[in-house]
Amino acid sequence: MFYGISLTAILVALWLTLSGPFTLSGNYPIVMGLGVISIIVTVALTYRMRIVDRETVPVGPAVPLFAYWGWLGGEIVKANLAVLRLIMKPEIEVEPRLVRVSAEHRSELGLCVFANSITLTPGTVTVDVEGDGFLVHALDNSFTDPAGFAEMGARSDTASDGKKTGAG
Amino acid sequence: MSAAEIFQHARDAFSIGAMAVGLVFVIAGAIGVMRLPDFYTRMHAAGVTDTLGAELIIVGLMAQAGDWQTAAKLALVGLLLFLTSPTATHAIANAAHRAGQKPDLSHFKPKHPADAGSSEGQK
Repeated sequence: MFYGISLTAILVALWLTLSGPFTLSGNYPIVMGLGVISIIVTVALTYRMRIVDRETVPVGPAVPLFAYWGWLGGEIVKANLAVLRLIMKPEIEVEPRLVRVSAEHRSELGLCVFANSITLTPGTVTVDVEGDGFLVHALDNSFTDPAGFAEMGARSDTASDGKKTGAG
Repeated sequence: MSAAEIFQHARDAFSIGAMAVGLVFVIAGAIGVMRLPDFYTRMHAAGVTDTLGAELIIVGLMAQAGDWQTAAKLALVGLLLFLTSPTATHAIANAAHRAGQKPDLSHFKPKHPADAGSSEGQK
């Protein structure tokens, strides 16, 4: 129930953001009507599909999620500058590497968040997910620090409930 | 100058700065795609354009938006880029990997143009 109400609130906020002036002015009843109908239909359909839970409506982990995005933004800026330095050198000198990054005991969402974070950081791209690890292509030696990957994995876990607990 | 004018100028300066830096990253990505040796390394250069280049330009535009709704829409565009660009990059990389494209893992350092010109037999 809590997630249903949160989902409705988020959808109302989204509708008001995208078509607020038309909906609130009252001159376009059809816009407001369509908004109400589409929100009701969306919530009803997601209930019917039984996918309204902690994972699809992430209001619970919203604060750790935003904290993680902040940290990830800093990492992205640092990695961008490193790649920029490599590209703009008068003589290009790179040593590409294909490494395995272990990502054991994770839920599917945790795997997804971790792999996307690795790809989002310039200089490293997740090429394949094999079993409980990733195949990561790195632009240069300097991007393959295992401690860096481990820290990113730990932080993405706190943001996405990634680690499987005993029962899961 | 009144406080509103100072705020206006500061906002203009911020958005011009953000968009200029974003443009530097976009151009650097394009140059990197030209200069790097093989498919996978070029993909990394394209990633620079995807992430910081695009986001900085959107941040610069948000400062110019005027009302909060336009800014919120631009923020949604930025969020969409933030969430979808790694998926697209991974799709390309995974497709190349499954098609059997082997990454070139050797140490890559081309000759300096001044030296390359002097030796015969090099193209």
